Amino acid sequence: MKALQTMTRRSGVSLARAWRKMQAVDWFQRITLLGLILLALFMALPIIFIFNHAFKPINELFLYPPRFIVQEPTFENFRELFLKTQSLVIPFTRYLFNSLLTTSLTMIAVIAVSSMAAYAFSKHVFPGSKFFFALTIFALMFAPEAVAIPRYLVIANIGIMNTYFAHIIPLIAAPTSVFLMKQFVDQIPNELMEAARIDGAKEWLIFFRIVMPVCTPAIATVAILTFQGAWSQTETSNLYIQVESMKTLPYYVMTLTNGLANNVVGQGVAAAVGLIMFVPNLIIFLISQRRVLATMAHSGIK
Amino acid sequence: MSAATETAKPDQPTVRTRAAQPGLLSRIWANRISYIFIGPFLITFVLFILVPVVVAIGLSFFSFNAISMPKFIGWDNFLAILSQDRIFLQYAIPNTFKFALIVGPGGYMMSFFLAWLINQLPKGIRDWFTLAIYAPSLASGVAFAVVWPVIFSGDRVGYLNNLLLSWGILDQPVLWLQDPKYFMYIMIGISLWASMGVGFLAMLAGLQTVNKELYEAGAIDGISNRLQEIFYLTIPAIKPQMLFGAVMAVVGTLKAGAIGAILAGSPITPQYSGHLMINHIDDFAIIRYELGYAAALSVLLLLLVYGATKVSFQLFGSKEDE
Repeated sequence: MKALQTMTRRSGVSLARAWRKMQAVDWFQRITLLGLILLALFMALPIIFIFNHAFKPINELFLYPPRFIVQEPTFENFRELFLKTQSLVIPFTRYLFNSLLTTSLTMIAVIAVSSMAAYAFSKHVFPGSKFFFALTIFALMFAPEAVAIPRYLVIANIGIMNTYFAHIIPLIAAPTSVFLMKQFVDQIPNELMEAARIDGAKEWLIFFRIVMPVCTPAIATVAILTFQGAWSQTETSNLYIQVESMKTLPYYVMTLTNGLANNVVGQGVAAAVGLIMFVPNLIIFLISQRRVLATMAHSGIK
Repeated sequence: MSAATETAKPDQPTVRTRAAQPGLLSRIWANRISYIFIGPFLITFVLFILVPVVVAIGLSFFSFNAISMPKFIGWDNFLAILSQDRIFLQYAIPNTFKFALIVGPGGYMMSFFLAWLINQLPKGIRDWFTLAIYAPSLASGVAFAVVWPVIFSGDRVGYLNNLLLSWGILDQPVLWLQDPKYFMYIMIGISLWASMGVGFLAMLAGLQTVNKELYEAGAIDGISNRLQEIFYLTIPAIKPQMLFGAVMAVVGTLKAGAIGAILAGSPITPQYSGHLMINHIDDFAIIRYELGYAAALSVLLLLLVYGATKVSFQLFGSKEDE
């Protein structure tokens, strides 16, 4: 939350500066800016909605026609969420812990594994590199529905059922991330690496000192993507975990929203959980996006 | 250069030596550092993607209901799809093409255009706009499930009906989500709204890396307006990201299917008006448990996506890539 605050303050300052700059700008840019502001407001509707929805008292949740903006905000929904889970064997915080742990480990693993693979695919020539990369692209295209059962069999047979590994390892194979990273590594001029090699840099040094820093925008994008996917996925809890205490937050949310479809009391809780699920996505997005802008200002590569 | 000298210098395994074709094994050994780099990815990739996909392709030649043993039936699944599956031929295929042809290129161009516009903005406000434009993708599940059904609700209190009634455009409420006439267009509209996803982020990040001096050089060389700047400087400079965005748009739209199910409230849309290939696969895999048939459908979808991706590589791939 602190990052968010400093960000708001900083952009407040720069907003003023930006406005002063705007005075000197031609009318074309002003019109596009205006259009962009309107579009942005329209696109941001879901975010506005989620924040308002969670704070609506029960009578407002069922108002018809529904109101977007909350009239009398209340914390009732959140209080009820925590009261509700007190009576359960597994506390809410356990699901939260599981989710935070597995999602952050997944994120780190995907970034490391994908950027390593992308570097090799892009800048190394070795037997099979073309073939393996073509396979990676090919894998993007297969419908996930058809592979669910074979994937289950693989996970059952390597013996990671009911462990945290079952949440993490299947997600490490991320062809999209590898593809994205490779496209960025492609842009790094070969001369840069050859110069480093002449200076005696080993491959790992080149990777950590040149490839990783230059590719920060790509890494930030992969981080957003992976977090979003891992944080909200229910598949691993559903299929590979039978022990309740090892399941994650989205699975718990699913049980809440599924079972309570017609339950009036449940709707408020569902709205609160919706916000809790969404906020981490938002925070990761804002932090990563900041990263993209901050690093590109300094890296003297391009 | 012989294999011996190559292995003697493990520090430089990646230098593009046109070795006089030493044995494959020694070449692999010489490039072992490359394999260490791709190793972790490759192991998980083979285990969790390649093996399941191969098994699924194999399964498309079987009749399998998830309980009894798979029974080999050869090409029968494919024959049945292409000759007897009326719903597939009459709805799923045309719908998928229509949907993908509008949402794919449309969403792609919008992504690039918006990324370009945002990149022109002053730094401080840039990421707020990025957030807003990316918001539909960030909150997609919630937004689809809650916001849109309310807006398109079929009675007179639904937002859209209410608005159009009060403006006098309609004289009675329209059942937006039950009418096959509108359903597809609503799906397309919402998908366009949500299409600023990972491709958009990639292009935006790519634009940040474009050398500013490029534009100055371009101005000296006689580039006079913004349009020329886009075509001659910006797009070539972020070609890798453009390719990524294109492939993601192709894969994403051809593999879309959740929207219709959410809007209709059931996997089967009104009179199959929004029935896409993925819905068809879901229907057979999850509702009817005919997994062999579903796998055969996925193989056909795979071929379709593959063809479309080839086209994007033709358009945006650099020469040495393809």
